[in-house]
Amino acid sequence: MLKSINGEVYDPANDIDGEVRDVCIENGRIADSVDGGRTIDAAGMVVMPGGVDMHAHIAGPKVNTARKMRPEDHRLDPVPRTAQTRSGVGKTVPSTFATGYRYAAMGYTTAFDAAVPPIAARHAHEEFSDIPVIDKGFFVLMGNNEYIMQQIAAGERERMRDYVAWLLEATKGYAVKMVNPGGVEMWKTLSNTHGLDEEVSGFGVTARQIVQSLAEASMDLHLPHPVHIHCNNLGIAGNWETTLETMKALDGRRGHMAHVQFHSYGGNPGDLFVSRVRELADYINNNPNITVDIGQILFGDTTSMTGDGPLGYLLHQVTGRKWVNVDVENEAGCGIVPIEYKDKSHMHTTQWAVGLEWYLMVRDPWRIALSTDHPNGASFVAYPQVIRLLMDREYRRETLKKVNQKAIAKTLLPDLDREYSLYEIAIITRAAPARILGLKHKGHLGIGADADVTIYNKCDDQEEMFSVPRYVIKEGEILVEDGSICRETFGRTLYVSPLYDTAVEKNIREYFKKYYTIEFENYPVQLEHYLPRPCEIPTARDS
Amino acid sequence: MQVDHAVCAFCGCDCDDISVTVEGDRITKVKNACILGKAWFFNHARPAGLPVARIDGKSVSLEQGIEESARCLAEARYPLVYGLSSTSCETQRKAIALAEELGGCIDCCTSVCHGPSGMALQGVGEPTCTLGEVKNRADLIIYWGSNPAESHPRHMARYAVTPKGMFVPEGRKGRTVILVDVRQTPSVRIADIFLQIKPGKDFEVLWTLQALVSGQILDKASAESTGLTMEQLAELADRMMHCKFGVIFVGQGLTQTRGKHFNTSAAFLLVRALNRHTKFALIPMRGHGNVTGIDNVLAWQTGYPFGVNFSLGYPRFNPGEYTVVDILGRAEADAALVVAADPVASLPAKTVKHLDSIPMISLDTHESETTRNAHVAFTTATAGVHVEGTVYRMDNIPIHLRKVLPSEYPSDEDVIGRLLARVKELKSC
Repeated sequence: MLKSINGEVYDPANDIDGEVRDVCIENGRIADSVDGGRTIDAAGMVVMPGGVDMHAHIAGPKVNTARKMRPEDHRLDPVPRTAQTRSGVGKTVPSTFATGYRYAAMGYTTAFDAAVPPIAARHAHEEFSDIPVIDKGFFVLMGNNEYIMQQIAAGERERMRDYVAWLLEATKGYAVKMVNPGGVEMWKTLSNTHGLDEEVSGFGVTARQIVQSLAEASMDLHLPHPVHIHCNNLGIAGNWETTLETMKALDGRRGHMAHVQFHSYGGNPGDLFVSRVRELADYINNNPNITVDIGQILFGDTTSMTGDGPLGYLLHQVTGRKWVNVDVENEAGCGIVPIEYKDKSHMHTTQWAVGLEWYLMVRDPWRIALSTDHPNGASFVAYPQVIRLLMDREYRRETLKKVNQKAIAKTLLPDLDREYSLYEIAIITRAAPARILGLKHKGHLGIGADADVTIYNKCDDQEEMFSVPRYVIKEGEILVEDGSICRETFGRTLYVSPLYDTAVEKNIREYFKKYYTIEFENYPVQLEHYLPRPCEIPTARDS
Repeated sequence: MQVDHAVCAFCGCDCDDISVTVEGDRITKVKNACILGKAWFFNHARPAGLPVARIDGKSVSLEQGIEESARCLAEARYPLVYGLSSTSCETQRKAIALAEELGGCIDCCTSVCHGPSGMALQGVGEPTCTLGEVKNRADLIIYWGSNPAESHPRHMARYAVTPKGMFVPEGRKGRTVILVDVRQTPSVRIADIFLQIKPGKDFEVLWTLQALVSGQILDKASAESTGLTMEQLAELADRMMHCKFGVIFVGQGLTQTRGKHFNTSAAFLLVRALNRHTKFALIPMRGHGNVTGIDNVLAWQTGYPFGVNFSLGYPRFNPGEYTVVDILGRAEADAALVVAADPVASLPAKTVKHLDSIPMISLDTHESETTRNAHVAFTTATAGVHVEGTVYRMDNIPIHLRKVLPSEYPSDEDVIGRLLARVKELKSC
């Protein structure tokens, strides 16, 4: 039992905007009232639901290979053990323990990995078992799945839908993810897809068909989170048109556009980028079926890791730095390259400005989730810096002076005066991502919600305020005080288990015999072994 | 009773299509496994006939063994945890926690097999793929410094040479197989082309190939010192550039001979250069059934894949300083916990001599040179025969081990979990 009194509460899902009121907690949930237990006097403090990160790369084979690749990154940021916590390393690809502690210490209590190849789902779950404090889940890569492409080409719509459900069930994943649909398959023969209507060689389908089919399957299965899309042509000048086309291809179906910052560039391929946020933001302002997370970049060294194999190679060619590529049988791929974003660079300044334009030009904050596409744009520990850039116009103007002036002059950013309020920040960092994910028990402080609560000291410097919360409460327990973890706990793993016709398994089994190197029977993740605290999120049909 | 889809966790192939017939407490038949896999199942199924714990050769209870081991480890100033390549990830996770608690070093068999491949990854990256990609697409297979016919007998039939794949429907006929080695091995039989190079010349061959692939000027004298002619080298480079999808399987002939991580880096860079022409990948031929697992678990818990030191309370990595041969060879460690490995039989004499002089605790499923020399020796159940668990195949695919038989022995995970709990108690008094 726990009670916070006198705090300024920001709970946008329940229309509470800075009202001073009590928050009561009982049995790990928000309660109407509580008798006894500890009382926190939160006078002068800000109370919000725990943060929800809906798009990050925190676990699984890609992240772990990046860890193996970057000893020079780790040694800059050792994380010593304490009486309560394990040791590890931080910086751009933190170890599992450090990942959990740092999210928690920043007031985030839930995070999703955005790209797990299904065959490696077991690996992601193993790492989740070593990520403390936070609740977590992952999206399953499906946009280059050869079985799915074959079913689309054959017009086997129902079989494809049943397979998608089977795959989510087998992996204990949370949502359908596509990365450069068709393009990663093409990369397996050193090629790529450049637009929605190019045919994926060997499969007779287009990216448009993949996008539409998986969007439809996600809706038909009533998944809590709609299809999660990393568009074709990431990072290519002129790619805004592909992004717009992809959104239009959804044709009113729900869809989430990931790290849109990387997909909003004008210009001819090979040229310098220009921002085309205005056109894309206009479309989103007028089409409520679409949500976005931004993928803000911040200046500094980081590690690019992507399920987009050809993009990884492009970054390697551009930067000349070390390069990992992993092609995954029948399913997916990945590329990893260290990258430094420089404020003197024309291109990087444009990318930085494009991200901020997105935050400032989408009218409805409920349609946006704050993200850096950790660690692609920057580490998640930089979220407080993004928050300050959004809340503090003067700080933004000062920062504008330090970046490439030629590049910034071509953007709309210097003219944007909007400042986010605490209420709006609470939306884009918890309420909106929870709603976009379909997590009804998270991102708000209504009665019965998970008692994941963050209490901040109110402070004029928002970066400082959001970096070190005064208290972080997870499932009703105070786990962090003044940025230090008081006790190590492990959160839940969120997954879905949609209904499907099991007749599809016969066909999948035959496919496995021919093209996989592991047995169909050994593929599904054993719930009781790999999910120590499973939490099934019901599909809309169940609830 | 028959257990289907069982996993053989002997080598890095981790074949998961094994059928095991069990009668009573005995395995009577093992289907689909290779000769090594059959031996692995049969040998581990046989009751070890050993006490669960021994101190200096005398049978003691599990509790007495734990107490004495925990005391030795807790009193040590620079203990080493070593091995872990033939046990489950569940054990590995606990072993790292124990090493951290002890403030010692933890190293795995990687440092004496594919550590140089891990270092090449750190230096230049790694273009790689899963074994299914090889099966479905590869038309050029190169085994380099590797003898799969003897070390990974099903590798060729299951993944790389004979299987029919999506884009290689003709199977063996659709692939060219090249073997590069310093001597004729039984694997030569399966190769279309055998290229015998001089010992210690791998780096020069790889560097020459990279120059050829990149259109750079060659040092002919260096190239021709390799045992291959310029024509042979040019033909090989040409073949590599003009295949549809090629893969090099990197063996210990490359990682543990003169040049070590320079050799692997040269191989990784060659493959990188080839990707300007065609699709090319490489896969290290990892030896033990879960040596890839310990690299992965160490990487996710500490950031580093082998040779990790916790003396300062956080992980540090420095091969040559925190690696087993060096810690023991310099007589630094003052206690050792060896899990599922046999360093006494496999490491250099100088390191073994030091191991003999310090309290050594061993966990193994059967008697070995190491268990015979251990101060405290635990006999444990085998992951994949007696207990479930996770292993990572050589291409980082995680596979769940099935339980085939019951065992009277505790698992490695169980023993290390108890050791950890007891060490924590001792350290806190």
